[in-house]
Amino acid sequence: MKPPPFEYHAPRDLGQALSTLAEVRGKVLAGGQSLIPMLNMRLAAPEHLVDINRVPELAVMEAAPDGVRIGAAVRHAEVERAGVHPLLVRALKLVAHPVIRNRGTVVGSLAHADPAAELPAVLAVLGGSVRLARAGAPERDVGAAEFFVGPMESAVQEGELAVSAYFPALGPRTGGAFEEVTRRHGDYALAGVCAVVTLGEDGAIEAARLACIGVGPVPVVVDVTGSPDDAARIVSERTEPDGDVHASAAYRRHLVGVLAERALRNATREAQARGA
Amino acid sequence: MTTRLFGEPVQRREDPRLLTGQGRYLDDLGRDALAAAFVRSPHAHARIRDIDVGPALDVEGLVAVYTWEDLPERVGRPLPLLIPHPALTHGRTAYPLARDVVRHVGEPVVMVVAADRYAAEDACALIEVDYEPLKPVVGLEESVQGAQLVHEDVPGNVGAHLVQEVAGADGRGAREAIETAPHTLAFRLDIERSASMPLEGRGVYARWDGRDLRVYSSTQTSTSVRMAVAAALELPLPQVEVIAPDVGGGFGVKIVHPWPEEVLVPWAAMTLGREIKWTEDRREHFVSSAHERGQVQYVRAGFDDDGRVLGLDVTILHDHGAYTPYGIIVPIVTSTQLLGPYRIGAYRVEFSAVYTNTVQVTPYRGAGRPQGVFCMERTMDKIAGYLGKDRTEVRAANFIGPDEFPYDQGMTFQDGRPLIYDSGNYPEMLRMVKELIGWDSFERRPGRGIGIGCYVEGTGVGPYEGGHVQVTSDGRVHVSTGLTSQGQGHETAFAQIAATELGVPIERVSVVTGDTRRFGYAVGTFASRAAVVSGNAIALACRKVRAKALRIAAGALEADPSDLEITDGMVHVVGAPSASIPLSTVAVLANPLRYAFDDEAAKATQFSGTSSPDRPPVAEGEEPGLEGRDYYSPIRSTFASGMHAAIVETDPDTAEITVVRYAVVHDCGRLVNPMIVEGQIHGGVAQGIGGALYERMVYDVHGQLVNASFMDFLMPYATEVPRVETAHLETPSPLNPLGIKGAGEAGVIPVSAVIASAIEDAEGFPIDRMPISPSELFDLRSRMR
Repeated sequence: MKPPPFEYHAPRDLGQALSTLAEVRGKVLAGGQSLIPMLNMRLAAPEHLVDINRVPELAVMEAAPDGVRIGAAVRHAEVERAGVHPLLVRALKLVAHPVIRNRGTVVGSLAHADPAAELPAVLAVLGGSVRLARAGAPERDVGAAEFFVGPMESAVQEGELAVSAYFPALGPRTGGAFEEVTRRHGDYALAGVCAVVTLGEDGAIEAARLACIGVGPVPVVVDVTGSPDDAARIVSERTEPDGDVHASAAYRRHLVGVLAERALRNATREAQARGA
Repeated sequence: MTTRLFGEPVQRREDPRLLTGQGRYLDDLGRDALAAAFVRSPHAHARIRDIDVGPALDVEGLVAVYTWEDLPERVGRPLPLLIPHPALTHGRTAYPLARDVVRHVGEPVVMVVAADRYAAEDACALIEVDYEPLKPVVGLEESVQGAQLVHEDVPGNVGAHLVQEVAGADGRGAREAIETAPHTLAFRLDIERSASMPLEGRGVYARWDGRDLRVYSSTQTSTSVRMAVAAALELPLPQVEVIAPDVGGGFGVKIVHPWPEEVLVPWAAMTLGREIKWTEDRREHFVSSAHERGQVQYVRAGFDDDGRVLGLDVTILHDHGAYTPYGIIVPIVTSTQLLGPYRIGAYRVEFSAVYTNTVQVTPYRGAGRPQGVFCMERTMDKIAGYLGKDRTEVRAANFIGPDEFPYDQGMTFQDGRPLIYDSGNYPEMLRMVKELIGWDSFERRPGRGIGIGCYVEGTGVGPYEGGHVQVTSDGRVHVSTGLTSQGQGHETAFAQIAATELGVPIERVSVVTGDTRRFGYAVGTFASRAAVVSGNAIALACRKVRAKALRIAAGALEADPSDLEITDGMVHVVGAPSASIPLSTVAVLANPLRYAFDDEAAKATQFSGTSSPDRPPVAEGEEPGLEGRDYYSPIRSTFASGMHAAIVETDPDTAEITVVRYAVVHDCGRLVNPMIVEGQIHGGVAQGIGGALYERMVYDVHGQLVNASFMDFLMPYATEVPRVETAHLETPSPLNPLGIKGAGEAGVIPVSAVIASAIEDAEGFPIDRMPISPSELFDLRSRMR
């Protein structure tokens, strides 16, 4: 469990980071919570590692009324403590354990694109985006729907760096919830549902969106605005879970329906509270 | 005796060291040593056609590469079969490095030695082994069909087959008793594999100085590793030292020896004249150490209207993996300990230990008992369900009575001795556990169930352990015993025994274990035996030292030894505290000196006037020094017992399983330290929860272990383990001087049975297969409802 040899780069500013990436096409090291184990198990053998932990431009978090932008070197724990986005914070508490959250980064988790990870669901349900940069080219913002391409595969191209992610704030009379079932506390979810519900002035549901994880190659976003009472059936039909050593496909399909109902109920309750 | 430490909840003296990073584990040693790494088989079953090490030779830092062909004859022999048994007709062990055929993923094929582990692993990655894949045998049922063989010369893949029968009082066998019983039940039970999974893996570090070999190993038996290494390397025993440093858990896997690496690393160190260290990584541990538990059981029971078992007939398929280095101890323990606290009318048990192309099976905490208890306790629950009786009532109807000890079960136990229970009180224990969990007031409802499980555990097997106790002239007491420690708290428990026996403050007592330089004769730490066997040996050694101290002090105080006692390290005349002499001075006087190295020592020199000119300074029959050595060799095992009960909730929608309460009543005879016993129970229950609800070894049809990491092998965290409520019952063992029984394995033994019982109660359908996950409970619900 020792990594094969690699060349290590530690750029000191964003320009250097981008030019290094353009030059060596290496793997980006941020919190290292997924990459380092993969290296140690020799499941990945990049020739170059570009460590972005010393890039000050990436260690920035900007909270505005309409949303929060989180730099690529910002740790889960910092976002959690800052409390800038209630739904994001709720999801972060479900991410692994405190020691992992002390090192792991929000943008790293998004770029890793694990289909059972929580943060992609938050980005997806909110319609957030990831900002990508490349040496000598303008930055581009990629929406969540295009960012998650497949299991462990994101829209980040070789030579590109995900510099930040943008999570839109929840609007008025809007509530969020995250429900998941894991085998152990902090594990990746067997299935999970992130819900956002907006109520009209009359208290009726005006918008209801769900993002389901662990039940497809990428977070599956389902709009149940029209038929919130039928959410369980709808997500069960819309998702295509696989079975693995932890759970059968049939169980996951059932589970995602149960969790959709629970998430929707809790998000609605929160929306009611926020509207009051 | 005033220094009563025996029985007190003394805080573990090793904890400040172990919990603050001050422990010295195997990998903390040998910083300058070369590193070894191994090329391991990626195939479950394959013939090795060719090994090309050429591409690895350019790796910077490479020192040596070895295949089986490179090993001298004695080193290259198959590893020993440690516990032969007449029923193990086809025992097989592996070569230290694979010769011709590999039989499980992870079997070592090539050894690489390099400047560091990075270079060693780089070299391993470049070595090309040409395999001819053979069809693997995976799964018990596939194995017994015998269509494909794990070992060409083992027909039907059956390594061992054993039938044991105990007739009823009327002389009839179990099958006949079942035929004529008023009621009968037949069913099948399944238990999957798990593993010891200590947080510290195995590891070996060897130094050769041209004459003597010193080996550090993360082992549960340093003395036995020493003998095995000396034999394999053809070294005289006195030239080999083996030391177990701080060991980060064993749970059974480290009692197996010599592991291939325990022979290869010392051999390479001698061959190269360099220090070499190998530290197992987690992936290696998953695929190349040992697993346990996997069994299929076919059960038939005949019983009367009260639920009394008239006949029990159990046929066990035991998955032994690819090799049998530890013999058939696990299925023997299952077969014998299955009987638990019950008197069964007539009993027949038959097992086949079969080979599969998977990691070998050797004892893991509980060592076959969890499977046996699962079988018996499921049987009790099924009988209760059939008769519509309370589950505890059926158990009580079958208990051995408190006045029936010693109780002979009529079988042969794992130590080759008769299975005779020495003491216990099962009805009282049942009363206690029912009270603790609130059995009679439990409110059952769908999704909420209560379960119970009972067991008897043979502990403290022989053949022996020894203790050496030395009081030095500074008044300190040095205790050593040959068996090893893996975190059990021996430094505390043994010190309590010594402090109590000698009448000294515990602060003055230090304990060394597992170092053959300090104590050469020992068996090892397994089978819940350390407190029983070493504990008693240390007590006996202390009594020798105490007697000698009193003899010497009697001379100095001009008193009769029988009028003396030792309190707080002072020997004094009973009733006359002023007539006293410190134990430190007694130690000085015990060793007549010619030279004074300090003021205290001057008291023992020739002109000090302390010895009579008419007698030799060391009296006939005496030895210099205040020290003693003794051994304890039990006539047979002593039988601890316990009963666990749990309340479990199952989510109606997600099928998640939550253990709401977990209660344990435990009887390990006289308690040396209740806090340590409770810690052992908590840890055992935690492992039991793992085995019941989380852990399994998932092999695919190709024999690949697909969950070989802590990401997918779900060892429970603290968040998954319920709070454990405990109560103790003490029925002293009449077999040993201290009246104690073992406690190390107890906690894990009945957990799968208890959890299955509670889930069954909550769900209303049978739970016959463990572990169980939410997904499986969901699937069961789909089928049953």
